[in-house]
Amino acid sequence: MNIVVLIKQVPGSTEIKVDPKTNTLVRDGVEAIVNPFDTYAVEEAVRLKEAQGGTVTVLTMGPPQAAEALKQALSVGADRAILVSDRAFAGADTLATSFTLAAAIRKTGGADIVIAGKQTLDGDTGQVGPEVAMHLKLPFATYVKKIESADGGKLRVERLVEDGYEVLELPTPCVITVVKEINEPRLPSLRGIMAAKKAEIVTWSAADLGEDAKRFGLSGSPTQVVETYVPERVKTGEMITGTVEQQVDRLVEKLKETGVL
Amino acid sequence: MDYQLTEEQQMIRDLARTIAEEKVLPVRAELDEKEEFPTEIMKVMGDSDLFRVFVPEEYEGMGGGVLDECLIIEEISRVCGGVALSYAATLLGTIPILLFGNEEQKQDVLPKIAAGGLAAFALTEASAGSDASNIQTTAVKDGDDYIINGTKQWITNGGNASYYTVIAMTDKDKGSRGASAFIVEAGTPGFTYGKKEKKMGIRSSSTTELIFDNCRVPVKNLLSKEGMGFIVALKTLDLSRPGVAAQAVGIAQGAFEEALKFAKERQQGGQPVIQYQAVQHMLADMAMQVEAARALTYAAARTIDAGAKSYSKEASMAKCFASDVAMRVATDAVQVMGGHGYMREYPVEKMMRDAKITQIYEGTNQIQRNVIAANLIKETLR
Repeated sequence: MNIVVLIKQVPGSTEIKVDPKTNTLVRDGVEAIVNPFDTYAVEEAVRLKEAQGGTVTVLTMGPPQAAEALKQALSVGADRAILVSDRAFAGADTLATSFTLAAAIRKTGGADIVIAGKQTLDGDTGQVGPEVAMHLKLPFATYVKKIESADGGKLRVERLVEDGYEVLELPTPCVITVVKEINEPRLPSLRGIMAAKKAEIVTWSAADLGEDAKRFGLSGSPTQVVETYVPERVKTGEMITGTVEQQVDRLVEKLKETGVL
Repeated sequence: MDYQLTEEQQMIRDLARTIAEEKVLPVRAELDEKEEFPTEIMKVMGDSDLFRVFVPEEYEGMGGGVLDECLIIEEISRVCGGVALSYAATLLGTIPILLFGNEEQKQDVLPKIAAGGLAAFALTEASAGSDASNIQTTAVKDGDDYIINGTKQWITNGGNASYYTVIAMTDKDKGSRGASAFIVEAGTPGFTYGKKEKKMGIRSSSTTELIFDNCRVPVKNLLSKEGMGFIVALKTLDLSRPGVAAQAVGIAQGAFEEALKFAKERQQGGQPVIQYQAVQHMLADMAMQVEAARALTYAAARTIDAGAKSYSKEASMAKCFASDVAMRVATDAVQVMGGHGYMREYPVEKMMRDAKITQIYEGTNQIQRNVIAANLIKETLR
């Protein structure tokens, strides 16, 4: 079984800061981590491989330093890592990102199952997984909390919904995104870390993907970020002071003003 | 301080720290309270290859040195000295095989330890503590077997280890030259576990009696030769003492960090207590002592790793100094935190209880001073 796992390197969750002048995320000096939801995707893929054989390929789109995130996935059992990296990919929204990732998945030779985290910590959209499925014209299930079975060209999963879970059956190949309830990711082993350190990360550029370059990056993104800002806190309360009589008078006055009385 | 650790050593340390903070920290108080053996954590450490570090590569290990070991023990001890002991005692039980095992014994045991199996070392008896030559357990040769009889006391990992290195008398008339070392597997008929001790500290670690009642062990389980038992024991302890030192450094570091954090948060007289010079000086002294203990421990480990032929003085210095520091720093951590420090809700009272054993086991600190002094005298005679 060939499994492709989509991961993303994101700023460490506890340290997100916004530059007050430019209103953009401060990334300098901020620890980069593997998007936590993706670690469950990697673990689930490795477990499937351990149970059924096959290979696990981790794939990410990002700057060259995102290779570190791929190495982390290799240290916990992924077999192969591909970094899709090019200045042409910069400024991609979820559509351009998923288009790029789908092209890369095709270039790997395709997968029986594509697994991603339910969303990323920084973008938070939850769109990339399903969009990849649409680009590849594959069935998908989001918020998967359990893979009940994966054999006979079928995947049976439990999908988390607000008041319980749904059981879905999908033909493979297919795409799923997973929630943290699905497993407890293992810690790396020393031998895994050392092997990952030495491992070669395959890097593909825009040209390597052989697609219409206009569909990558900013030019392939119908949504544009106009502004990023921290919402202003508006103080709405008013402390009423004075003697009890004065306070009651002021309160009644206020309530009449607002039409409550 | 920059201890010039290699990239590999930093990886080992970082992985051990991750395990300590993610797997040990959430359960340490409960393990202590319930006196529960950390079975799951040992499995995680095994799966993470930490037991491979001290096993040579030809036996499925990673061929690391004493310093590599010390880094692991220190990081786990920084969070819990008791959990760290279950790991460190496996090293202690494995050293006799590493140093004195023949090829067959190594092939048999070491790959299983490398994969996360536990070991134990059994020297102490009711009447043979610091006076280890007074061992009463006997091993009598009978055909292709030795028949072991006697009771070992206070054996760390007792009941949890798969392999036990046991020191027994094969010839009582020869005194200390009549002792021999044996590998005894768990489950061997005639080998059972006795009383499980209730301890002041390191309570997640198991400490039991080992009872040998006509226990037959094949001759091939004899380590080295008959009569080598005490040499095996002494060389084993020399090599394992930096590990006790590292445990002590870790406990001290953990206690110091708790005290520092508390002193910055605790408000008294309108300011954090760290603003008071009395507290500042205590923390400064603690920091200095921990760093000095660490430096001596790493230096002793590096001396051994560099291939020194004799290192009992260096190993004893590190063990004695670091464990005295651990006791002092943990006690001061409780003092800095005052009433809070004394409460079980905070971790430093446990660290103080855990620290105490490091001054006692693998040779009391009084015995360590004897060893150091004996080496000093020997050196002047050269």
